[in-house]
Amino acid sequence: MLTTRRVDAYHALTVVAPGIAERYRPGHFVSVAVGGPGTPMVTRRALAVHDVKPDYGGTVDFVIAVSGPGTAWLADRRARDTLDLVGPLGRAFPLPRDPVNCVLVGGEYGSATLFGLADVLLRRHCRVDFVLGAASADRVFGALRARRMGETATLTTEDGSLGLRGRVADVLPGVIADVRADVIYACGPMGMLRGVTAVGIEFDIPVQVAVEEAMACGIGVCMTCVLPVIGDDGVTRMVRACAEGPVFRGERVRFDDIGTIPFDALGAPGGGSARNVT
Amino acid sequence: MSPDGRSVDMSTYITHVELANPVITAAGCAGTGRELAPFFDLGRLGAHTTRSITMAPRAGRPTPRMTETPSGLLNAVGLPGPGIEVFLDRELPWLAQRSIRTIVSIGGGSVAEYTALARRLAGAPGVTAVEVNLACPNIEDRGRVFARDGAASAEVVASVRTVIPDDVPVVAKLSPDVTDIVTVAAACAQGGADALSMINNPLGMSIDTDTMRPALAAVSGGLSGPAVRPLAVRCVWQVYNALPLVPIIGVGGVTTGRDALEMILAGACAVAVGTALFHDPLAAVRILKELEELLAARGIHRLADAVGRAHRPPGSGSRHLEESSL
Ligand SMILES: Cc1cc2nc3c(=O)[nH]c(=O)nc-3n(C[C@H](O)[C@H](O)[C@H](O)COP(=O)(O)OP(=O)(O)OC[C@H]3O[C@@H](n4cnc5c(N)ncnc54)[C@H](O)[C@@H]3O)c2cc1C
Ligand SMILES: Cc1cc2nc3c(=O)[nH]c(=O)nc-3n(C[C@H](O)[C@H](O)[C@H](O)COP(=O)(O)O)c2cc1C
Ligand code: FES
Repeated sequence: MLTTRRVDAYHALTVVAPGIAERYRPGHFVSVAVGGPGTPMVTRRALAVHDVKPDYGGTVDFVIAVSGPGTAWLADRRARDTLDLVGPLGRAFPLPRDPVNCVLVGGEYGSATLFGLADVLLRRHCRVDFVLGAASADRVFGALRARRMGETATLTTEDGSLGLRGRVADVLPGVIADVRADVIYACGPMGMLRGVTAVGIEFDIPVQVAVEEAMACGIGVCMTCVLPVIGDDGVTRMVRACAEGPVFRGERVRFDDIGTIPFDALGAPGGGSARNVT
Repeated sequence: MSPDGRSVDMSTYITHVELANPVITAAGCAGTGRELAPFFDLGRLGAHTTRSITMAPRAGRPTPRMTETPSGLLNAVGLPGPGIEVFLDRELPWLAQRSIRTIVSIGGGSVAEYTALARRLAGAPGVTAVEVNLACPNIEDRGRVFARDGAASAEVVASVRTVIPDDVPVVAKLSPDVTDIVTVAAACAQGGADALSMINNPLGMSIDTDTMRPALAAVSGGLSGPAVRPLAVRCVWQVYNALPLVPIIGVGGVTTGRDALEMILAGACAVAVGTALFHDPLAAVRILKELEELLAARGIHRLADAVGRAHRPPGSGSRHLEESSL
C-alpha cells in the first residue's frame, strides 16, 4: 500500500501490485480481504480498478465509498499497510476495432472504472465524451479528469449542486445526438444502468454496462452474484456478475427482473423442463 | 517434517478408497473446479467435491442470496446448476482428465430422483465417491427435509447404494438441524452409507434493520463459516463416539490447519473446506500444509493416528481398534 487520500466523498488508495497492474484491462475488478487476520468478515469486497501506473513495478488505484464495515476498514488503511488482493477479475470491456465515437457514462464512484477505458479508447483514436452524475457535487467522481480527457464532459447532480440538475439518462439523448455516438460504456448503480440502456436501445446503439451485484468470493465459486441475462441463444440464464461479467451488453440484462428468477429463465421454478427440488 | 525429521503420512481412507491427504473441497463451495484452477492444482487436495448435482437445470434462488454475519455467511443459493446431463458432458470429464479425485454430490426431491441421479452416475469415469446431500426438501412429504428424518434419509441412502457400484463409496451428508444427529447417522449407516459427511448448513436468519425486511430473498438461509465450527465439531464428536468405524468427513468453518486438526481429533478422517475458499482461494492448500506441520510438531507421523484422538482418556496410550466399543 502506497498512499491514501480523500477525494470529495471518496477515499482513493494506491497499492503496489505489479501482477495486477500487468494483466489489467479496463473493466476488470479485484477482490480484497477486509478486517485483517482473524477477521469476522468472511467475504471479500469487490473493487473496480480505477487506474494502473508503471511506478514501483506497477501500482493500482481504487476509489472507495464507505458503505459498511468492510469499506470503512479500507478507508482507514494507511501508507505501508498491506492488503490482500486477488485480481484482476471478471470480463473486461470489449473494445471497438475502429476509431468510433464513445460516450462514457458514470454514476457515483462507478466513473472510476471509466478512465482506464478512456485511455485505451483514445489510444485507438476514438472520440471520447463523458457524462458523469451523482446525487450531489461531492459524489461526482473524476469531473476534472473527464474534462481533460474527454472532448466534452457533461455533469449532472440530482440536487443541482454541480452541472445540470437531474440524472445522466436525462441528458444522455442530447449528448448522443451532439457527438453522433456509436457506442456507450456505462458503470454505476443498477437503476442508472437500466436508464442508460433504455436510451441506447432508443437510439439503436450498443451499450456496454459494468454491473455491481453483491459478491462473496469474486471468483465464481459461491453463486451469490447472479442476475438474469439473455444469452446468444435467446435463453435467459442466471449468470454470475463476477465471472461472466461484470461487463455485459446492456440490452441483454433483464434489469426489471433483477432480484427475481424470471419464469422463463433456464431452470426457473416450474418453468421449462425443470422439476424442482427446493 | 517432524522434529525427528520424519515426514507425516497424510493419506486417509474413505472405506477402501485411498485419498492422498484429508483436505477436500466442500460441496457447492468450489464451483466446477475450473474456477480454482488459476490459483492451485486441485489434484493436490485429497478430493474435490462438486456442488450438488440435480436432474434438471436449476436457476436457484432470487437475490439477495447472501449476507455476511459475524464470522459467518448466510446463504440461500438454492442448488443452481445445469443439471446432470451437462455435468456428465462438460464438468466431470474436465476433472477426470486431470485425475482430480472427485466426490460427486447429488440432490433430489424424492427417493426416485436421487436414485435416477445415481443411475446416471454409475459407471461414469472419474467418480471417486458419491455424496448424498440430504438437506433437500422431500416433495413427497410436504417439503420436509430428508436429513431431518432418519428413516427418510436411510431410504435415500439405501436406494442410491444399490445403484452405485460397490467400489464407489456412498457418503451421506447430514444436517445439524435435528434433535439427535446420532440417530440419523446410525440410520444412514444401517441404510448402507459407507461414510458420513457433516455438517451441512444450519438454518439461520438475518434482518436488515434499515429496510426492516429479511436480508435474504429466501427469508432464511444456511449458516456457514467459523460461526458453525463448534457445532460441527460437536456433531463429529458425537457420531464418532457412537459409530467409531464409520469414516467421517468433517465440514463446517474450517479455516486453518488448527481447525482441521480439531475436526480430526473429534473423529473426522477427512476435512472439507467451504466458506474459507471464498475468503482465500488458496485456503485448502494452506490448511493442508498447516495441518501437516501441526501433526509433525506433535510427533504424529501418521494422520490416521490422530483421528478421534480426543476421545482417548487423558494420558492413555495409543488406542487400538480392538479396544473400541464395537
Ligand atoms: C464489480 C464491482 C466493483 C465495485 N467497485 C467498487 C469501487 O470501485 N468502489 C467502491 O467503493 N465500491 C465498489 N463496489 C461495491 C463494494 O464492493 C461494496 O460497497 C462493498 O463490498 C461493501 O462492503 P461493506 O462491508 O462496506 O458493506 P456491507 O454492506 O456490510 O457488505 C456486506 C457484504 O455484502 C457484499 N456487498 C454489499 N454491497 C455490495 C455491492 N454493492 N457490491 C458488491 N458486494 C456488496 C460485501 O461484499 C459483503 O460480502 C464494487 C462492487 C462490484 C461488484
Ligand atoms: C454458497 C454455499 C453453497 C453450498 N452448496 C452446497 C451444495 O450444493 N451441497 C451441499 O451438500 N452443501 C452445500 N453447502 C454446504 C457446504 O458444503 C458446507 O457443508 C457448509 O457450508 C459448512 O462448511 P463451511 O463452513 O466450511 O462452509 C454450501 C454452502 C455454501 C456457503
Ligand atoms: S461472487 Fe462468488 S460467484 Fe460471483
